[in-house]
Amino acid sequence: MEHAPAAERALETSTGIDNRKLLMWLFLASECLFFGSLIAAYLVYRGDHEVPCRAGDLAACVFPTDRTVNGVEYEGLFDIPFTSVSAFVLLMSSVSMVLSLAAIQRGDQRGFRVWLMTTALLGIVFVGGQAFEFTEFHEKGLSLGTNLFGTTFFVTTGFHGAHVTVGVLILLSLLVMSFRGRLGQAQSLHVELAGLYWHFVDVVFVVIFSLIYLLQP
Amino acid sequence: MTLSEIRGKKEPARRAGERPHPGPRLYVTIGVILALGEASEVAMFYAGLPQWPTVAVLVALMVVNFFMVVLWFMHLLFDNRFLSSLFVGGLVLTGALFVVVLATLGAGLF
Repeated sequence: MEHAPAAERALETSTGIDNRKLLMWLFLASECLFFGSLIAAYLVYRGDHEVPCRAGDLAACVFPTDRTVNGVEYEGLFDIPFTSVSAFVLLMSSVSMVLSLAAIQRGDQRGFRVWLMTTALLGIVFVGGQAFEFTEFHEKGLSLGTNLFGTTFFVTTGFHGAHVTVGVLILLSLLVMSFRGRLGQAQSLHVELAGLYWHFVDVVFVVIFSLIYLLQP
Repeated sequence: MTLSEIRGKKEPARRAGERPHPGPRLYVTIGVILALGEASEVAMFYAGLPQWPTVAVLVALMVVNFFMVVLWFMHLLFDNRFLSSLFVGGLVLTGALFVVVLATLGAGLF
């Protein structure tokens, strides 16, 4: 016996909202707290990297931006132009994601696939950029254990990167479903849910980019 | 067989409390605004202005970009209000967490 498509299986609920969509928003609300905790921890501990530096541990003297400590000038790690491009790439992936949703909702399979593939590619570019950035930082002496700036920075941005990677995998599986003919206009809710996750990952980076990269003490 | 079919009704195109989503033209326009917002943030970083105005403008641009994506791309402006309440609830809790953590441990945005 064949199963009915997801959209057809959707039952009426007491809230009038599809349960899957409700669950996704509940998950995203909980993710706000998750990333909020990580970013707050970064803001609290980013200044503590100066403590081992003052104690004379030069290996721990790695700073986000150019800094002078005890009369010694240190070159900052953050490459703002590079991260700005990464942020722009992720922002534009949100545009392509919403265009892919609009395409499938009007039954345009070709448009849907083109925009979804664009979104996945932009996501891969972002993750690649983050891997490059992490490697650069590691080569310049910053690792998870170097100081509290390193710990909180890598944990926060690393978790975000992991979320983007999961998002790319979801997008690619949607593409496979589409090419196998199992994702049509009637199943557009799957794309909408994936889109919600993707846009959330994007807005998290909007916050990370502003609070972690641009706002410096 | 779905419940709607049992009741002899067609599945509604839009559920209760939902409005039609905007079209691709508006999405592209919002994308351009978001890109300009981000470019302004980077420009503020290099402008070398005093700290207070820089922080105020950066945070304001961040909030504008955040809500533009959430309201239009995530369709919170067009979907059931209950979803907005759910997400805003999460944001309020996150804001409270931020304030408590930063105030308790003596940290700030700058």
